[in-house]
Amino acid sequence: MSDKKVSELSRRGFIKVGAGALAAASMPMFFIKDAWVAKDFRNNPKGAASVKFGFNVPQTGAYADEGADELRAYKLAVKHINGDGDGGMMNTMKPLSLKGNGILGKKLEYVTGDTQTKSDAARGSAKRMIEKDGVLMVTGGSSSGVAIAVQGLCQEMGIIFMAGLTHSNDTTGKDKRRYGFRHFFNAYMSGAALGPVLKKEMGTNRKAYHLTADYTWGWTQEESIKNTTEALGWTTVETVRTPVGAGDFSQYITPVLNSGADVLILNHYGKDMINSLTQAIQFGLKDKMVDGIQFEIVVPLFSRLMAQGAGDAIKGILGTTNWNWSLQDEGSKAFVKSFGQEYGFPPSMAAHTCYVQALLYADACERAGSFYPPEVIKQLEDYDFDGMGNGPTLYRGADHQCFKDVLVVRGNANPSSQFDLLKVEQVVPSAQVTYDPKIFGGELGPYEV
Amino acid sequence: MDAIFIQILNGLDKGGAYALIALGLTLVFGTLGVVNFAHGALFMLGAFCAVTTQKLLTISKHVQDTSITFFDAYKDQPYLEIWWGDFGRTIIDWSVPLSILLTIPAMLLIGLSMERGLIRHFYKRSHAEQILMTFGLAIVLQEIIRSIFGANPIPTPAPDIIAGSAPIGALFGLDEALVYPWWRLIYLLFSIITVSGVFAFLQLTTFGMVVRAGMHDRETVGLLGINVERRFTVVFGLAAVVTGLAGAMYAPILSPDYHMGMDFLVLSFIVVVVGGMGSLRGAVAAGFLLGLLQSFASMNEVKTIIPGIDQIIIYLVAVVIILVRPRGLMGRKGVMED
Repeated sequence: MSDKKVSELSRRGFIKVGAGALAAASMPMFFIKDAWVAKDFRNNPKGAASVKFGFNVPQTGAYADEGADELRAYKLAVKHINGDGDGGMMNTMKPLSLKGNGILGKKLEYVTGDTQTKSDAARGSAKRMIEKDGVLMVTGGSSSGVAIAVQGLCQEMGIIFMAGLTHSNDTTGKDKRRYGFRHFFNAYMSGAALGPVLKKEMGTNRKAYHLTADYTWGWTQEESIKNTTEALGWTTVETVRTPVGAGDFSQYITPVLNSGADVLILNHYGKDMINSLTQAIQFGLKDKMVDGIQFEIVVPLFSRLMAQGAGDAIKGILGTTNWNWSLQDEGSKAFVKSFGQEYGFPPSMAAHTCYVQALLYADACERAGSFYPPEVIKQLEDYDFDGMGNGPTLYRGADHQCFKDVLVVRGNANPSSQFDLLKVEQVVPSAQVTYDPKIFGGELGPYEV
Repeated sequence: MDAIFIQILNGLDKGGAYALIALGLTLVFGTLGVVNFAHGALFMLGAFCAVTTQKLLTISKHVQDTSITFFDAYKDQPYLEIWWGDFGRTIIDWSVPLSILLTIPAMLLIGLSMERGLIRHFYKRSHAEQILMTFGLAIVLQEIIRSIFGANPIPTPAPDIIAGSAPIGALFGLDEALVYPWWRLIYLLFSIITVSGVFAFLQLTTFGMVVRAGMHDRETVGLLGINVERRFTVVFGLAAVVTGLAGAMYAPILSPDYHMGMDFLVLSFIVVVVGGMGSLRGAVAAGFLLGLLQSFASMNEVKTIIPGIDQIIIYLVAVVIILVRPRGLMGRKGVMED
């Protein structure tokens, strides 16, 4: 009796299992994809009608104006993602999965935090936004030190971090994280883009003197620019580290005067760049001749907001930038128009990168059909897109660094308007600034945390 | 030789600024006995007097910027330029020297208001309470400035004619390529004149004599029927003016921003401690000494022997002075030696 029963069940069971397996194997992948949704994760919105982003920007401190511009861009991005306004870059982004109804049908909201451009404060505000406000993603910032600190926290907490303005090689190099993504370019790319222009403008027999901000960004920029210029045949006379926020740089500039150098490279950003450049020009370096050669000053990382602070000192100085509002591609024009109509002035490069980062994350969620971070990360990794202002762009999976065109710019000698401070000298193609991810080391870490 | 000469000049130039800032701070401590942590904010307010003068002189007509076509952008054309052409432009160009006219009354008013309105209530309180109150005041002042002028540094250039460099190499028979910014030389001269003026005021006038007497023994001077308090209030105003002028004239060297006072606060206290709390001569001497030390410590030859010395030299000297001679180089016996 019992043997018969077992025998009958086994046969039926076999048929059922076989039929089920066949049906599953023949089913399209999109039915299976939603299985991620079933898996719970931190700040899973589940049935909520809305989701939140955390905008962690410097609202006080030296970079507060840059932070304010980032926040403007984020607010505009939220507006566009929710289907309000003129849509901005959502009209030009390719491919685009966002539908203008929020993300996956949920309305997008936001909370803000103040990084104060201090690592501890930035981690504190990011933690507060993650734990108390329940944000799905943290984004923003104007410093590499802050970006690396917040990125590390986000990895631990399983929340994706879309970095704002951070230019150190370390952010997507030795300190890269699976949960961290950078759209902004880096110091290596600045060097690679500047190299040919420096060679053309200044030749191959120059003597460079570096003044470098003494923290992660300064070190990596100095290293990258030094490697580039030495490959051109230049010699490096001296590399001098200056404390961040030194104010008066005169004691560091006076040794340049009789060092024999004929190029001064200022690896400074923000207030330090404004002060060191202004003071270098007061010391007559722009008009100086060394052995019959015109002395030159190079500022590898430029921003329009900083150029405003430096006033006339910026005129004629070479550097690189991630993006400039004067670009004439459809994406840039759409963004500048949208931003200009909203606020009455054009966006900075910090605003651009932040706006793009918000859109890219939202679009990745839409493509993933889920907010589950590992699935969103996979959507961003090795993702090719266009129409966002820098030409065809790749979000490389190996280090989460975006590869796109880099702009070599010069301080405009004859600006046509108060915003026309940087003149684009050359758009350096992405291929020229692309590098092997292995050169900077680092480990991305796991998808599941 | 050239390198040493330029570092001496740079040290004196830096020292001039340190001496000016420390002079005001030590005047207040020497007379009122108040440890004024808002002193850096006074320096910042002085710099913003220069910014305000520039803003006032460049009050502009708002006209549409036709070079931007894809949104409504506007540009500013200063009325002085519209009305007086080149002469108007020259006035705008000279805004920093002209700002002295605004800085003196504005800083005097600010100093007197601070002393009468707030600081006088803390004369008999502990130094810790004075520090807390004045530090809080400094934060309030800097946040007010940030809310009005924003967080970014504001370029406040020197007049075009003196914006370049002086050929000091040719003047002193050294390398002809050796130059030094005109404005820094003017600042050095300005600091020497101002310091001399303050000393002359305290040494050669009856008012100054009473103040000096009050610094030594306030009670006895009071018993002579002299209102020392009122004179000390004026001294606070004078200290604010000196510090404010130091800030205003510093604007072309360091583009003013709301936080610049805090950057100078620690430095000015170190100068005062090294010079001797309450000693005017000590503050001036320490200012120039620390300026020179900082400048020489930044020479690459020195840094090759002791890396990083440029960033710690001032603090190192302060530590040594406090250990060896707690009253400072020229401090009065008993002060800071308890």
